[in-house]
Amino acid sequence: MGSDNGSPAEAQPAAGANGTTANGTTTNGHANGRTRKTETRESVTIRFAGDSGDGMQLAGTRFTDTSALMGNDIATFPDFPAEIRAPAGTLAGVSGFQVHFSSNEIHTPGDDLDTLVVMNAAALKTNIKDLQPGGILVVNTDGFETSDLKKAAYKVSPLEDGSLKGYRVIRVSVAKLTIEAVKDCGLTPREQDRCKNFFALGLVYWMFERPLEATLRWIKDKFGKKPETLSVLKANTQALKAGYNYGETVEILPVQYLVAKAQISPGTYRKITGNDAAVLGFTAAGQLAKKTIVYAGYPITPASAILEGLTEMRRFGVKTFQAEDEIAAAGVAMGASYGGAIGITGTSGPGICLKSEAINLAVMTELPLVIVNVQRGGPSTGLPTKTEQSDLLQAMFGRNGDSPVAIVAAQSPVDCFDMAIEAVRIATRFMCPVFYMSDGYIANGSEPWKMPNVADLKSIEIAHPTGPNSEGSDLTHETPPGEVPAKFLPYKRDEYLSRPWAVPGTAGLEHRIGGIEKQDITGNINYEPANHEHMTHTRWKKIENIAETIPELEVTGDADAELLLVGWGGTYGSITTAVQRAQRKGLKVAQVHFRYLNPMPKNTEAVLKRFKKILVPELNTGQLCWLLRAKYLVPAEGLNKVQGKPFLVSEIEAAIEKALGLSPVT
Amino acid sequence: MATTSLPLTTKELTTDQEVRWCPGCGDYSILAQMKTALTTVGVPREKLAFVSGIGCSSRFPYYMNTFGFHTIHGRAPTFATGLRLANPDLQVWVVTGDGDGLSIGGNHLVHALRRNVDIKVLLFNNEIYGLTKGQYSPASRMGTPSKTSPGGSFETPVRPLSLALAAEATFVARTVDVDVQHLRATLQKAAAHKGSAFVEIYQNCVIFNDDVYKYATDKAVKADNLLYLEHGKPMIFGKDKNKGIRLNGLKPEVVTIGKDCQVDDLLTHDEKSDDATLAYLLSRFAHDPRSANSFPEPVGVFRSVRKPTYEEQLDGRIKTATDKKGPGKIEDLFKAEDVWTVS
Repeated sequence: MGSDNGSPAEAQPAAGANGTTANGTTTNGHANGRTRKTETRESVTIRFAGDSGDGMQLAGTRFTDTSALMGNDIATFPDFPAEIRAPAGTLAGVSGFQVHFSSNEIHTPGDDLDTLVVMNAAALKTNIKDLQPGGILVVNTDGFETSDLKKAAYKVSPLEDGSLKGYRVIRVSVAKLTIEAVKDCGLTPREQDRCKNFFALGLVYWMFERPLEATLRWIKDKFGKKPETLSVLKANTQALKAGYNYGETVEILPVQYLVAKAQISPGTYRKITGNDAAVLGFTAAGQLAKKTIVYAGYPITPASAILEGLTEMRRFGVKTFQAEDEIAAAGVAMGASYGGAIGITGTSGPGICLKSEAINLAVMTELPLVIVNVQRGGPSTGLPTKTEQSDLLQAMFGRNGDSPVAIVAAQSPVDCFDMAIEAVRIATRFMCPVFYMSDGYIANGSEPWKMPNVADLKSIEIAHPTGPNSEGSDLTHETPPGEVPAKFLPYKRDEYLSRPWAVPGTAGLEHRIGGIEKQDITGNINYEPANHEHMTHTRWKKIENIAETIPELEVTGDADAELLLVGWGGTYGSITTAVQRAQRKGLKVAQVHFRYLNPMPKNTEAVLKRFKKILVPELNTGQLCWLLRAKYLVPAEGLNKVQGKPFLVSEIEAAIEKALGLSPVT
Repeated sequence: MATTSLPLTTKELTTDQEVRWCPGCGDYSILAQMKTALTTVGVPREKLAFVSGIGCSSRFPYYMNTFGFHTIHGRAPTFATGLRLANPDLQVWVVTGDGDGLSIGGNHLVHALRRNVDIKVLLFNNEIYGLTKGQYSPASRMGTPSKTSPGGSFETPVRPLSLALAAEATFVARTVDVDVQHLRATLQKAAAHKGSAFVEIYQNCVIFNDDVYKYATDKAVKADNLLYLEHGKPMIFGKDKNKGIRLNGLKPEVVTIGKDCQVDDLLTHDEKSDDATLAYLLSRFAHDPRSANSFPEPVGVFRSVRKPTYEEQLDGRIKTATDKKGPGKIEDLFKAEDVWTVS
């Protein structure tokens, strides 16, 4: 469903009586017999924004968890600077966490904000443009001192100059109230100040009538285990409750907003980010293949969380390796694959540049290798913490020679689980490198994940040879049949042109491989012109054969539509929502989304040629569009954005209307 | 195919591939001694893997009838590391050269040794780029004329053993291509070492840097120019075995036994010392006829100490994690703390 905010429903009777909290618990301070108005909303989008040191990511994450536990559908968008701690209070140091929660199915973290919480002047300045007219603005007035205003380049306080009159401004002295709330906890003034995110969070919990239990439990788990953090446990608990009670006591809003449980399919859910889903996916792949996973990486934003997460998976037979550089990580992963484990190397775009030569060796030696690219803004160091989809052509072509690889791309945080398994399946079945593409947006963003039934996960079948695969009869013309005893031929291929995966340590299979061109079948070094041409085509054909084992493209929407939207990767949520909105307006639009980029599904050409107009929204200058045009000679047009940010739904909606020749959305 | 019978023979270890090194290349001797050494190492053929990078020496795996992986320039230690992680039953040898191992691959060499991954690194040092036809290498001694250093190179060369010791290598040795018995014995010692082993092999490039090690191979002079290291023995060398190494403060000096001192005054070699200072001191000895400060170049084992390998430590961590929560099952992946059920 769309992420529209529903119009406010009729005012409801007292919150204490209507029992709208998901788990039926009554939060403290709210059953005092007073009558309070509530309004039901379909969806709400909130952003917490403050200085990098203000704990906004934490506040947003806790709010998300609580909302997920209450049964809302959720989508999040953390947005933070590359600098760990830019100078406090400056525009460069602003960190934000956006959460969209809904009683309906949603696919994006929301375009416009219903509520914005700002902890200082800089956060107001950089975020206010996203708050919709009439939206709720919660301001920490303590973050608007003269020095704060100066750092945010305000000449006059925006709290005083009338510039915020289009919003419902709630002024709260968050810092001072927090200090008052935690003064008996034995913290230093600096430590006291750091509790203010919990005060703000408590306040927002009151505004949306959310229970505090999950957050209180989290605080206890985090700070309740060591004696030296017990004071922090106490202070954060008190700050959270104080924020909630403050909202209650002063009735900062005339109404509380309720967002009911979403009607989503039955099952057990958890909230998950794309990188966490990848961690589970790769671990599951090892289990499904009954294989050791060797994941080698070098820390890089935004891929490090996968290396960190897999390191926690040792008891599942996962071995992680923090390499000295990106090249070494690729080498270690490939060495592991050669050794019979599943080698995976993970990075972001700049790391891929460094791994190119090693990836090409996997192409040449036909060994399984999964290469994780959690894309970020480029070129070069680019925008380390911002999202982009501009490495598709790098994955496709970024190596010397004719060098085909398989490419899969996750389309949402949850899909990272499935595509991680798919990458391993393809790499091991086809003995080839497989790019697993994700991006900063889905890697860090989160949504509810309906956890799979183990019985529904297909095992990954891997058969290693145990002895000779030839009596000498299928050698090349150079070696007369019958004159060679039974031996192992490392490049003798199966029906998909995949070669055997011989594990060192197996007697009788001793053989040599390397980056020099191989004679087909024997694997011996060979420089003959005809052999090189044969091998070049064979490597391509093998990758093309993957199409026999992947699902076809599914067209959603109107079969007779004039316009087809084509996407890949993390833009799925925005495109899907835009298409749904267009359809609700009566526009004839269809959609396909690529999760397999090389090879493309078998029906790709047939699907593309059914539609008169093709629009390809991408967070790059048109890379998939370029591939489609080159490969299928179709009149695809791009909708391109390269701002380090995901598409707003409204941007795609506008492009749909334009493509259909309608007047632009106002 | 019954290939597990031991001992191995050199014939079993020979492939059907034509060896393509230049006639007279030092690599032939190393290949022959490697095979001979492996006949007594006691590891079956299928448990042996040779991993190489790029360069003349890196063709080595094609000529060994074991598992072999000819990888990319400089990166062989990384592939070997991954191979060990996946398959800890294998004895893994890395064959590299001074360009592959010290220039493009210097970083990986340092880190593989530092981690004490159980791999045996053989660095064929001919002090020149051979496969690219004669450019100076990072190991070329000062003044080496080459196609890219026509007036003689003016870069300070890397001393491979100093680098290996600085990288905390647990086994460090040097030998010479044509000194076949010493070469074979050194390879066998490297094979027996648990952890990273680093062996520098003086290897003559007959085409582009011929006779660079003449001082160490010519029978007439080599006894005066090489110091054969033996654990627990005083450092004595010379044609007449009358010269030795004595420490004067922090400075080593060449002395004549009976004239300058007695045998008891000489440095005693200790390859087992946990402290690598002596090994490092020895790694600085350089033959330099133009200098008054010329020393005999030590050959043999500089350092051989047992420390936990990377693999042993990783396995330990895996065991700890498994002991704590039990072996991971796929069902466990779908148990999270904060879950909710929609019915």
